[in-house]
Amino acid sequence: MRRDIFQAIADPTRRAILTLIAWQAMTPNALADHFNTTRQSVSKHLRILTECQLVKPQQQGREIYYSLEAEKLKEVDQWVDQFRKVWETRFNQLDDVLSTLKKQ
Amino acid sequence: MNDFTVDKTTKMVTFSREFNADLSLVWDAYTKQEILDQWWAPKPWTSKTKFMDFVVGGRRFYAMVSPQGEEHWSVQTYTSITPKTNFKLLNAFADKDENPELPGSEWDLTFSEQNGKTTVRIRIYNESLVRLEQMLAMGFKEGTAMNLKNLEELLATLSQHK
Repeated sequence: MRRDIFQAIADPTRRAILTLIAWQAMTPNALADHFNTTRQSVSKHLRILTECQLVKPQQQGREIYYSLEAEKLKEVDQWVDQFRKVWETRFNQLDDVLSTLKKQ
Repeated sequence: MNDFTVDKTTKMVTFSREFNADLSLVWDAYTKQEILDQWWAPKPWTSKTKFMDFVVGGRRFYAMVSPQGEEHWSVQTYTSITPKTNFKLLNAFADKDENPELPGSEWDLTFSEQNGKTTVRIRIYNESLVRLEQMLAMGFKEGTAMNLKNLEELLATLSQHK
C-alpha cells in the first residue's frame, strides 16, 4: 500500500521527529530519549516516515541512523504553493470580470 | 489573497479575498454559471459548465478544459444556501457521465460587504489532502509545462554566455 505523505506529517510526533533529524541524523534510541514514549513506538513512526521516503535509514556499525530527505519535504511545500496559485489566478480573473460587469 | 492557512491536522485550507464590487455582484459571480465560466479556470484552461442548478440539493456539472481540449469533469452538490451570505457544497472529481469520485471535499464560502467592497472567505475540508494534489495536477499541468520551457530557454541562454 502506498503511504499517504500528508497522513504521515499529520501526526505531531512524526513532525517532531522530522524537526529533530533535520538538525542531524539520529538513531531510534536517541530519538526515544526526546519523547515520552517507547523505542517501539518511535520505530513505528520511523517505519511510516521511511515508507513515505521522508527519512532515510543508514547503517553505521551496529546502529541505524535516520536522516531527513529534504527533497520530499519540498514536494509538500510545492503543492501548497500551487494550490494557492490556482486560487490567486482565479481571483485575479474574477477582478477583471467584476470590473467589466460594473461598467455594464 | 489573505490569511492563507493549511491545517494538516484538521485537513482544512482557509483563505479569503476582497473584491472591489458590491455583494450582489460578487454573489452572482459565484452562483451564476455564465459568470462562473468566465473566471473559474486558470488560463489557458477554460471552464465549461454543462448544467448548474443553484438550489439546495442541486448540482453543477462542469469541466476544466485544457488548451488541447482534454476535459476533467467535476460535480458540485449544494448542501446549504443562505442567499448573499453563505453557501456550502460538496466537490468531487467525476467521469464524463457524472459519476463522482467520493469522498471529495467540502467547501464553505462566506460573503460579507463593507464600504462597497466584498470579502469572500473560503474553507475547504479535504478528507485526504492528496486530493488537492490531484486538483493541481489537472489545473496546473499547463502552467508547469510552460515554466519548464522558460527554464530550458533560460539555461540555453546562459550556456551561450559561458
